[in-house]
Amino acid sequence: MIRAKAYDGLFYFYVALVFVFVFLPILTSFVFSFNSERFPTIPLGHFTLHWYTLAFTDADVWDAFRVSLIVSVSVAFIATFLGFCTAYTDYRYNFFGKSAYLALSLLPPTIPLVIMGLAMLALLARIGMSGKIISIIVSHVVLCSPFAMAIVRMRLAQIDPNLESAAWNLGASQWRTMREVIVPFCAPALISAFCLTAAVSFDEFAVAWFVSGLNKTVPVIILEILQGNTDPRINAIGSVVFVTSITLIILAQIIYMRKSSRKTLTGF
Amino acid sequence: MPTNPAQPLVLFDHVTKRFGLTTAVDSISLEIFEGEFLSIMGPSGCGKTTTLRMLAGLEEPSEGDIQLAGERINNVTVSERDTPMVWQSLALFPFLNVIKNVEFGLKMRGVSATERRQRALDWLERLEIADFADREISQLSGGQQQRVALARSLVTEPRILLLDEPLSALDANLVVRMQGVLTKLQKELGITFVYVTHRQSEAFAMSDRVVIMNQGRIEQIDSAKGIYRNPATRFVAEFVGANNILTGTVIAADELIEIETPAGRFKCAENSDHTWSIGDTTSLVISADLIRLSTSAVNETNEMACRFISEEFVGSIVTVLAETPDGADFRIQLQQRELSELDLNVGATIYVRWDSHDAHLLRDTT
Repeated sequence: MIRAKAYDGLFYFYVALVFVFVFLPILTSFVFSFNSERFPTIPLGHFTLHWYTLAFTDADVWDAFRVSLIVSVSVAFIATFLGFCTAYTDYRYNFFGKSAYLALSLLPPTIPLVIMGLAMLALLARIGMSGKIISIIVSHVVLCSPFAMAIVRMRLAQIDPNLESAAWNLGASQWRTMREVIVPFCAPALISAFCLTAAVSFDEFAVAWFVSGLNKTVPVIILEILQGNTDPRINAIGSVVFVTSITLIILAQIIYMRKSSRKTLTGF
Repeated sequence: MPTNPAQPLVLFDHVTKRFGLTTAVDSISLEIFEGEFLSIMGPSGCGKTTTLRMLAGLEEPSEGDIQLAGERINNVTVSERDTPMVWQSLALFPFLNVIKNVEFGLKMRGVSATERRQRALDWLERLEIADFADREISQLSGGQQQRVALARSLVTEPRILLLDEPLSALDANLVVRMQGVLTKLQKELGITFVYVTHRQSEAFAMSDRVVIMNQGRIEQIDSAKGIYRNPATRFVAEFVGANNILTGTVIAADELIEIETPAGRFKCAENSDHTWSIGDTTSLVISADLIRLSTSAVNETNEMACRFISEEFVGSIVTVLAETPDGADFRIQLQQRELSELDLNVGATIYVRWDSHDAHLLRDTT
């Protein structure tokens, strides 16, 4: 008993250590964003919102936020739709080359971002689509759809295989069944996929940096400011980005957990 | 549309269904009449569920025609058939509450919101679950979910209801209660129920006629009693009830048919129109509950000395397992009270006998 308790304690300590390791840099940036001193040193100066005011009076920063918002919302819509379609195809049909189809549709996140960015730039430049907001959207859709697909696929794995047939049997056409049964059943996964893909697109730097041209997203402008000199505005912008993303991700998690924890199969 | 009473509501005309190389249903022909409770029973993989799914339009026959009310429905899509089904898994919509589940079929038919709510409520009341109208499906017990599934299928007032082992997830007590609900409902509504099950007790308790299927073929169609007392094939004799089967050769075919088996010679009054001739191979079927048992011989016809092996107690009835002279199993069912009066020990010799009119000869012995 005592030994088991000791192991438990050790385990919790280890988990806590991992969290500290992951979140300490972000926390540091967060703390220094409210610090009056120009350089990140200890002891701290006094509390200030100066860096936030400075950052958000810069028209470029506002522009970047506008671009990021347009991109992430569009990406979330398109990627969730594509992810849903891919997952449903996988659930519903068997066809020749299905495993190749699945592998391809889940592939993008495994490609190093720099290579992906470079490839995207090469392709989009060739077809005259580089440097526009749409180019960022296209690239991010490629990157985000697999996440959406994975989430919807998990949800579809829980469906009673007779649910669709039951709807047809009660007089619903295939399309009506999609609207009345499949989409409502997947709703928690769809909302969650929407939040997650929005978050991924909102923070993504490498690919956006390659294809964005003059339409800089927030992560791109952060790097630009950083290249100039040490500037606590970075901490301020970074904190906003972090809070936005983590909110979306937590939201996605909560929605998925709460909605799908209701019993999904009936009868058994 | 009213149909001619002689015309069946559903007709399977030499229907075959193949899945790749396997034949799930092998050229079956079956008539189902208006207002009857028909069960299709058989072991798993016998094709009973495939038959039901073809009727619902969820599978397309590979060969043969299916007619509903005189019209060929092979090419009618599922959603246009009006053959609602109660599923083994119930397949209730988990994201809709009870009343919305029941309303579903009406909504698909474009019935107005107020009317469909009223009609759904009527059905919930009829099935005694109106109190749960606004509950989530997951908040209901198994029996209540069963009733929701029934209401959902019946709300469109179909002429036929398909049931695919709907009671298999319920515990024994509840099964008996739901059987009562189903038979009462079927009588009141006067519509056709087609009920698929692998359980004899369910099929026999509720049905007007029972279809026994095996390996994609129909073995027998008869009333429960007919199937129990006059099994048509060896498969049915073995699958249904507690039958003893003695295989042998016909040695005399007069008023009584006499057959010789490794366990002895027996006589049987054959009441079918089949003419037996000497030398035919046949099987004699004798139901375990029609056998009398004693500890001393009375030298009647159809008497056999067996060895007592064991007894299996199931309430007021006991099944005695005995061994025939040639070493085969033989079962006798009798009242618990009768058996205890005999006071048998394992290995004791017992005498079993039956009336020539209670035995039954099988034509096919394969």
